[in-house]
Amino acid sequence: MAIQAQKTTPDKPQPQRATRKDNWWLSPLVFALVFGFFAVWATFRAFQNNYYEVGNYLSPFYAPTIQLSWKIMGFNISPALLILPFPLSFRMTCYYYRKALYRSFAADPVACAVKEPEPLYKLRWKKYTGERVFPFVAMNFHRYAFYAAALFMIMLWIDAIKAFFFEGRLGMGIGSLIFLVNVLLLTLYTFSCHSWRHLIGGGQDCYSCSAMNKTRYGLWAKVSFLNERHGNWAMASLISVLVTDIYVYLLATKVITDIRFF
Amino acid sequence: MADTIILKVYRGDAEGGELHTYEVPKSPHMVVLDAIHHIQRNQEPSLACRWNCKAAKCGSCSAEINGMPRLMCKAQVDDYAGGEIIVTPMHTFPIIKDLVTDVSWNYRVSSKIPPLVPKPEYADKPFNLQQIDVDRVQEFRKCIECFLCQDVCHVLREHQRTDGFFGPRQMVKIASLEMHPMDNLNRREQLKNEGGVGFCNITKCCTEVCPEHIHITDNAIIPLKERVADDYFDPVQGLLRKIGIIKRERKQPLDSVPNEQTKIHRPV
Ligand code: SF4
Ligand code: SF4
Ligand code: FES
Ligand code: FES
Repeated sequence: MAIQAQKTTPDKPQPQRATRKDNWWLSPLVFALVFGFFAVWATFRAFQNNYYEVGNYLSPFYAPTIQLSWKIMGFNISPALLILPFPLSFRMTCYYYRKALYRSFAADPVACAVKEPEPLYKLRWKKYTGERVFPFVAMNFHRYAFYAAALFMIMLWIDAIKAFFFEGRLGMGIGSLIFLVNVLLLTLYTFSCHSWRHLIGGGQDCYSCSAMNKTRYGLWAKVSFLNERHGNWAMASLISVLVTDIYVYLLATKVITDIRFF
Repeated sequence: MADTIILKVYRGDAEGGELHTYEVPKSPHMVVLDAIHHIQRNQEPSLACRWNCKAAKCGSCSAEINGMPRLMCKAQVDDYAGGEIIVTPMHTFPIIKDLVTDVSWNYRVSSKIPPLVPKPEYADKPFNLQQIDVDRVQEFRKCIECFLCQDVCHVLREHQRTDGFFGPRQMVKIASLEMHPMDNLNRREQLKNEGGVGFCNITKCCTEVCPEHIHITDNAIIPLKERVADDYFDPVQGLLRKIGIIKRERKQPLDSVPNEQTKIHRPV
């Protein structure tokens, strides 16, 4: 039986604390800028419903190709609006993005050991519920977003392979390479996911208990290796999607032309 | 003249206090705890601090240095070259005196976590464990209970939700049992309810401050969240379990262990 100590937990926060002197604001700021730019650009492109396909290059915002002829009040509905919710929900519920978004956009906490911004402090003190209640309880369903993302990867690989075929013949342009790098980064991001790591073997307690579990241990160890850099893959693939889309946009608007190697 | 450093150290108790400034001669490879000892020996014998090993292994000397939770015996003075060094007690726990805080809450919470309950087939027999089965758990055994992670966790530090969340250190402890191949207790119930794993929003500050470099968030809390999701947030898996397509071994329920302190209640 454990020895009980007296209850001394304070009811009000303690007064003394020093302020961090390092540049703790830098990384939440950089993330907010990069993610903010991505959100604005993605919204603009999703509603634009144009300049997303040039020959064999199809922007990842509009992949897979969906033929839509829906109209609402005279406006064509962009297929991107049907596609983007899937990758969006994958990223929004991703364990890495959750950390970055809570820090940069909810200041909860903005950085480690940094005091809550004043109005929020009073508002949230002792009221915080984390991911226990709506809306953030939805984060627990991340695995479903992963299943969708894994299906999307098949279609994105098909598009990346198409980027190497120009009018039915094998070829390679700058665009083909951009598509290849993008799909590789997206694959690394998707298959370093924590839910996948759990599914493949992390959920098991005894690895030596069966041949199947031994195999799962090996797979789990490989996914864990990728998973250590999950945050890096998350940011690299965000930027590569952006670059790929901007490249297709610039080609489609004839601002630049693709350089072909062969 | 020998090099000196300027230290500002919090002096006070539950009634209040303030920072006092001290000048201390610098020596090679000096750590902040050395400077505190120098002040105790030569200037202020009444300065209270807790320490034991000076080797970053006992977890006693936790404090905050320039606002960041750290072990004083592991913080090189050279890391703060040029500036003054502010040393304050851990913010999350009630102060006793100067740099000493009352961390007993952590032990009370820890006592709510039932110890390993061996599977019936292994009870009273020696455990023969394979390395691959203990790989994960070994990392968690490195914990020195310095409670820096508990101190930095915003759920406890900023929101004072000690009523709902056990804190990262205890998540590490539960993970070491939940993932143990010989443990037979269903710990997910405690995790979801009283332990409050849902309070953690995986912002990773615990991992940033852990002096043992335990990947608290990636290797303990997130896998625990996924296990809780298996049981409580995955209707498809629930269905597949029901019709027998997914088989999972049944562990004994939490209330089967006689532990007076392990009561389930549901904080909002
Ligand atoms: S990751 Fe979770 S447990 Fe760790 S400091 Fe953040 S909120 Fe607390
Ligand atoms: S997990 Fe790390 S930071 Fe937390 S108490 Fe253990 S050693 Fe300290
Ligand atoms: S955890 Fe980041 S994608 Fe699943
Ligand atoms: S004195 Fe033991 S950890 Fe610092």
